[in-house]
Amino acid sequence: MSTREEILALLRENARYSNEDIARQTGLDESEVAETIEELEAEGVIRGYQAIVDPGKTDVERVRASVELNVTLDRETSYVDIAQRLAKFPEVTDLRLVSGDFDFAMEVEGDSMSEVSRFISEKVAPVPEITQTVTHYIMESYKERGVEFGDGRDDDRLSVSP
Amino acid sequence: MTFEESDRLEPIPPSGIRKFFELAEEYDDIISLGVGEPDFAPPWSARDAAIDSLERGKTSYTANRGRRDLRERIAAFVADRYDLGYDPDDEVLVTTGVSEALDLAFRAFCDPGDSVAIAQPCYVSYVPGASLAGADVIPVPTREADDFKLTPEVLESAGAADAEMLVMCYPNNPTGATMTAAELEPVAAFAREHDLTVLSDEVYSELTYGHEHTSIAAFPGMRERTVVFNGFSKAYAMTGLRLGYALGPADAIGSMNRIHQYTMLSAPTTAQYAALDALANCDGDVAEMRAQYDRRRQFVLSRFDDMGIDCFPAAGAFYAFPECPWDDADAFAEALIEEERVAVVPGDVFGAGGEGHLRVSYATSLSDLKEAMTRIESFLD
Repeated sequence: MSTREEILALLRENARYSNEDIARQTGLDESEVAETIEELEAEGVIRGYQAIVDPGKTDVERVRASVELNVTLDRETSYVDIAQRLAKFPEVTDLRLVSGDFDFAMEVEGDSMSEVSRFISEKVAPVPEITQTVTHYIMESYKERGVEFGDGRDDDRLSVSP
Repeated sequence: MTFEESDRLEPIPPSGIRKFFELAEEYDDIISLGVGEPDFAPPWSARDAAIDSLERGKTSYTANRGRRDLRERIAAFVADRYDLGYDPDDEVLVTTGVSEALDLAFRAFCDPGDSVAIAQPCYVSYVPGASLAGADVIPVPTREADDFKLTPEVLESAGAADAEMLVMCYPNNPTGATMTAAELEPVAAFAREHDLTVLSDEVYSELTYGHEHTSIAAFPGMRERTVVFNGFSKAYAMTGLRLGYALGPADAIGSMNRIHQYTMLSAPTTAQYAALDALANCDGDVAEMRAQYDRRRQFVLSRFDDMGIDCFPAAGAFYAFPECPWDDADAFAEALIEEERVAVVPGDVFGAGGEGHLRVSYATSLSDLKEAMTRIESFLD
């Protein structure tokens, strides 16, 4: 693995590793780690760092929905044009072009079901290229970005063993 | 008296680890670097295969030597990974962990009075195993100056030339030492020259960092005198499923099976299903665990270096084996538990050559390792 890949692997595992943590685990100099991360950020390889939050454990519950979108294209309008327009809305947290029965898989978030519904019906559905929306409200989240939301595994190993 | 202990048990010493286990168990807030098994769960795919086999009621005995398809996969795996050729029909024996296989080998090949040279420090079962079979043990202490590798010099000076059998384990528990092909070559030559039977415990073979594992059985003239031991406990984190295997010439495996068929009948069936899946589908899981261990290894070695604790660059298993900052490693390990709630195991528990050292297991999350290292540092201040 290259230095860049190694550092990316560690940050994807835990974005809160300090440069020192990364240096010690890879045998790199701390300054080399810092420089590489700066490069990765400057080049847009690393786009941000966020906590993975279990929505069921927070005091304020947010409403999330996954929305399937179908679109029609014309000579003047591409997928990118539609995506850029949708992505500007702060309610949209994720937006992907996908293969299969529909075109875009979009995730939206709001304070209430009515807010999310209004957003879909007033802001998304009226976009001229969008021919259909199917909204799935998220009822429960079990795993996000590789992290399971269960109780975890107890370490029941003997404390000292040969 | 109804239960009079047999004389056979007389040479079996009490476990040297017991004291530290009991001490560590007294505290809730202990961080243990004294654990000799992975902190990972087995790959889900392998667990799922075990569950599926239970649901289908696949719980009968298997062939004595293990399921034929499992023996085939084991033979294909060691051929691919270590360039070893064994016939699944009569050169592979699936056992209840490497521990059972070693016991079988001692009983199958040792006569009372035979000499067994054991490279030390080593896993705690070898000496009792050989003793129970009536053999005399010749300890072969490896040296920190050699990074705890086995050399013809240490074999010679320990008197191993006169032994019938040599027992060795690389990558090593407790030192984390590994041996490259170039380093194994002279040991193989020594074994051939002195006509030694070799028992090679290679259960940590998938956990080497920086170089590939080589089996001593792969050298010319070694296959016919070597039994290789391996298993699923370390690479696939399947310790409690108890599954290992022995590889050797047909007559040797046949002798071991003569005991195995009566004392064990067959290795646990559920574990055999998990192992089948592990070999077929879990290379990626093993690679990920190996990468994690390697990062922790480098972390631990770098922290010891900062603290001024001498530690050779252990390149295998999941152990570092630093020099103890105090003369009395036993007292140090005890005080470290009592004052800082960090458990490590003094090296002398693992035999000759281990004195003055500590076994530090890094089969623990990085956050616990960080905290443990901070505690050790403050203990030293």
